[in-house]
Amino acid sequence: METDIAVKASKLSRHFGTFTAVDEISFEVKKGEIFGFLGANGAGKTTAIKMLCGLIKPTSGEAYVAGYNINTDSSMVKKHIGYMSQKFSLYEDLTVKENIEFYGGIYGLSRKEIFEKTKKLLSELHLEKMRDSLTKALPLGWKQRLALSTALLHDPSIIFLDEPTGGVDPISRKNFWRIIYEIANQGKTVFVTTHYMDEAEYCNRLSVMFKGKIIEIGTPTELKNKYNKPSIQDVFIELVTRN
Amino acid sequence: MKTRRIVSIITKEYIHIFRDWRSLIIIILMPILMIILYGYAITFDIKNLTFAVIDDAKTPESRELIRGFTENRFFVLKYMDIKRGEIEPLFKKRFIQMVIVIPKDFSESLISNRVTKVQLLVDAADSNVGTFIYNYSNRVIQLYNEKINFKTPGIVNLKPRILYNPDMKSVNFFVPGLVALILLLISALLTSIAITREKETGTLEQILVSPVHPIEIIGGKVIPYITLGLLNGTIILLFARFLFKVPINGSLFLIAALALLYIFVALSFGLMISASVKTQLVAMLETLMSTVLPTIMLSGLIFPVASMPLPLRIISKAIPATHFLIIIRGIMLKGVGFWELWQHAAALSAIGFVLLFIATKRFKMTLE
Repeated sequence: METDIAVKASKLSRHFGTFTAVDEISFEVKKGEIFGFLGANGAGKTTAIKMLCGLIKPTSGEAYVAGYNINTDSSMVKKHIGYMSQKFSLYEDLTVKENIEFYGGIYGLSRKEIFEKTKKLLSELHLEKMRDSLTKALPLGWKQRLALSTALLHDPSIIFLDEPTGGVDPISRKNFWRIIYEIANQGKTVFVTTHYMDEAEYCNRLSVMFKGKIIEIGTPTELKNKYNKPSIQDVFIELVTRN
Repeated sequence: MKTRRIVSIITKEYIHIFRDWRSLIIIILMPILMIILYGYAITFDIKNLTFAVIDDAKTPESRELIRGFTENRFFVLKYMDIKRGEIEPLFKKRFIQMVIVIPKDFSESLISNRVTKVQLLVDAADSNVGTFIYNYSNRVIQLYNEKINFKTPGIVNLKPRILYNPDMKSVNFFVPGLVALILLLISALLTSIAITREKETGTLEQILVSPVHPIEIIGGKVIPYITLGLLNGTIILLFARFLFKVPINGSLFLIAALALLYIFVALSFGLMISASVKTQLVAMLETLMSTVLPTIMLSGLIFPVASMPLPLRIISKAIPATHFLIIIRGIMLKGVGFWELWQHAAALSAIGFVLLFIATKRFKMTLE
């Protein structure tokens, strides 16, 4: 079915024992949108994103990602999404080229495809010279860009980024957001969690999470107007003190 | 599509193994160290037992009897003609394990009555050693009897023929057992670490969001370590054959085939542990505890399974090493073939598949 909705969650919850990490969240993300999940540490952003990626099963509720039900069709979901965690999951003892080949391989790309993608990727990232060096030798900002590129190898329509810029310097963060815009311009949906307020301003639409619930959702401008604040940071503080 | 993914994981796993050459050296050296250490340390062979003699007779006959005890490598005469009161302190200080008391009328009784008495005091605190001393002394006395009076009529003469381990060397019994212990330990450790390492670095998560099936992950992880396990097995067998001179009477091919099966079981065991554990350290400890202890205590490596109480005998059937011990000892010492061992091979396959099934199930429960 052809719709313009990339992600749709309804009353999605996850409990860990008696603790409710995510509490009946519902939202929709349109195709090609940069959708942000803003919240403090422990607000449930990572749990929410892991449910959407099929890494954790929801306790109740359901969600559709790329048109597939995450509860019943998680293998189809996995084919259409890319995921990058806050840890930049690359193998440090593998070279740049070997990392790309491995991730291409587990997504079932053919040898030829991998060869071409590797070449293209390395030139895009200006990493040709580093091709045969171990990944651990790369600076953090480059590792992060490489991780993002490997998450995009299989050309997913939706990409989930879980705190992608944690621990990275401001300039690298800016560069990274430039790449996120490029991805969105290609028609891909970007789903990003963050606790940096300045990054929240870059999103097309934003949802604010607090104690497992979505307490506000809208474009950054809408939110600022609604609460009559000059920045998202002020909106966030206002929301958190109210709740 | 499917093989493409497994091949990617296998390739990556080999890169991990060969790039980290320090660990690779440990993987190869550890079994060698273990077999040398255990091979020399664990032994039931008894020699150099020290003993004292109180010879009140001091006749040629009594001296002949004492010679009977000193003439072999089992007994060493340490004290001659100690006082009666010294016996107990010497036992307690563990200076001697046995005392022979020859009475004053030893020779006279022997000649006139054709019967005489010799007292034997044995330290049986270690019951195995005690039994051994008692049996061996009996044999010495028997030989002595034959020597001084070969015309004794009507005596049943036992002529034993010791099969499969004619020198009764315990090395021949233990070293094949060590093959079972070491292969299990190393293989299980390797896989349990290989998976938990990826949990720690977060790369496992990255694999799990891809369309890779748990069976493909597991296959990709197990296959490289099977080759390492086989390499280890070969090294241990070479040491067994050439350092410890353990005979290999059966088919090498059969050993290789069944060792492969056993390695598969061990790897599945490591996988099962790693699927439910979060850190490498915990995985290592759990693997050590759950492989080494049951294998040493319950598999028949040291203590015979047949003499265990029924509940333990039943448990021992579920321990992979129990079956592999019978297999490897059978092939190496007795030269038996597959048809005598197929039940144990079948049991191993069953255990392996159950473990692999549990491991896959646990993986499916994804990350928590």
